[in-house]
Amino acid sequence: MARDLRLAWRHPDEIILTLAFFALVASLFPLGIGAEPQLLARIGPGVIWVGALLAAFLALPGIFAADFIDGSLEQMTLSPHPPLGWAAGKIAAHWIISGLPLTLMSPLIGLQYGLTGDTLLVEALSLALGTPILSLLGGACAALALGARGGGMLLALLALPLFVPVLIFGAGAAEAQATGLAPTPHLSLLAAALIAALVGVPAAVVAAVRISVD
Amino acid sequence: MNWFYFSSPSTFYGLAGRLAPWFFALAAVTAVWGLYLGLLVAPTDAQQGEVYRVIFIHVPTAWMSMFLYFVMACYCGLTLVFNTRLSAMMARAIAPTGALFTAVALWTGSFWGKPTWGTYWVWDARLTSELVLLFLYFGFIALSNAFEDPRRGDRAAALLAIIGVVNLPIIYFSVQWWNTLHQGSSVSFKGTSMHVTMLTGMLVMSFSAWFYAAGAALVRVRSIILERERRAQWVRELKEG
Repeated sequence: MARDLRLAWRHPDEIILTLAFFALVASLFPLGIGAEPQLLARIGPGVIWVGALLAAFLALPGIFAADFIDGSLEQMTLSPHPPLGWAAGKIAAHWIISGLPLTLMSPLIGLQYGLTGDTLLVEALSLALGTPILSLLGGACAALALGARGGGMLLALLALPLFVPVLIFGAGAAEAQATGLAPTPHLSLLAAALIAALVGVPAAVVAAVRISVD
Repeated sequence: MNWFYFSSPSTFYGLAGRLAPWFFALAAVTAVWGLYLGLLVAPTDAQQGEVYRVIFIHVPTAWMSMFLYFVMACYCGLTLVFNTRLSAMMARAIAPTGALFTAVALWTGSFWGKPTWGTYWVWDARLTSELVLLFLYFGFIALSNAFEDPRRGDRAAALLAIIGVVNLPIIYFSVQWWNTLHQGSSVSFKGTSMHVTMLTGMLVMSFSAWFYAAGAALVRVRSIILERERRAQWVRELKEG
């Protein structure tokens, strides 16, 4: 994980690209749909979530692809270190370079959409809970699709359906706050899904990497 | 008796060839019987009129779409745990039929929804999760064909299928967990709120769908076996003999 973070730190352009993509997607909607303040406040939470989801998705191939091509992934599976450790580390590194910056940037985008204080907070909180799930599920799919034909589209077909529930609850939380309902049920469900994914998915990632390298 | 006799592709090829016509014949007989019950015998529904008759297709295909995914995931589990060849071929053979039933369930559901709910599609929990199931089937088929080495595709797709099993309880319980437009089930083990010929018709149609799925999977697995084993001795003998 330290190695992945150092690599990312030396090439900060990838993080900046992810954030720029997020900002661009979020600004396309007002331009395409129309910029009435009420409409923007209504669609804001959902658009921010979709933008963050797509940005995190585009960063997925980076988790394993480079290490798969130069063979270091194979070395990792052969190394004496516990596989769950480095698999979880790589996914955590992906979250730190995609999910975390996206979460920190979301209030800024939210202000563009005219969201108010509490909604911004809930939106950021739901992203903080939701994006790690995206990194985990997406990491498993990225490992499965290593070396496959039709890489990007295939990864979209595998990962995006699995992201749907996360999107529903994540956007639902901010939506509920914006319309004056309690966001806690959605946030609790997201937290529960995060815990379940933390327990189950790293093992699936290890299994997927093993299938890919041999 | 050797329990593993038919777990070899060469012996299973013959068994599948002998069983498939029987499954298709039973599927045809039960389909005729079920449609007769459903379209001619069953009474008109008091609230929905004649439109409700689409359940004789909708409910059996929806049941089978989930059941086939479960069966496919079981075969995938066998593939990953025991590294068996035939189970992976069976999973591949089931997937297109499962996707077909999922699509038919969504399609008939939307035709029923237009006159009854006034819309072809709503983003209701059950409809959305069934749509996710359709994409899981597509993802499975795409991933299993995405590699040069078919064994690699088998195992990658098997892992995907097992991850996707999480979706099945979500579909099944979605009408209880979320209070949305799709109505709850009228059939349970405790009894039913339907007329008895309606229920019989639906069950007969479910058996028909099951027989059809089994027959189609067996025919498909035969061609997968031939393709995979084309360099084996027994396939060459089959071709010559």
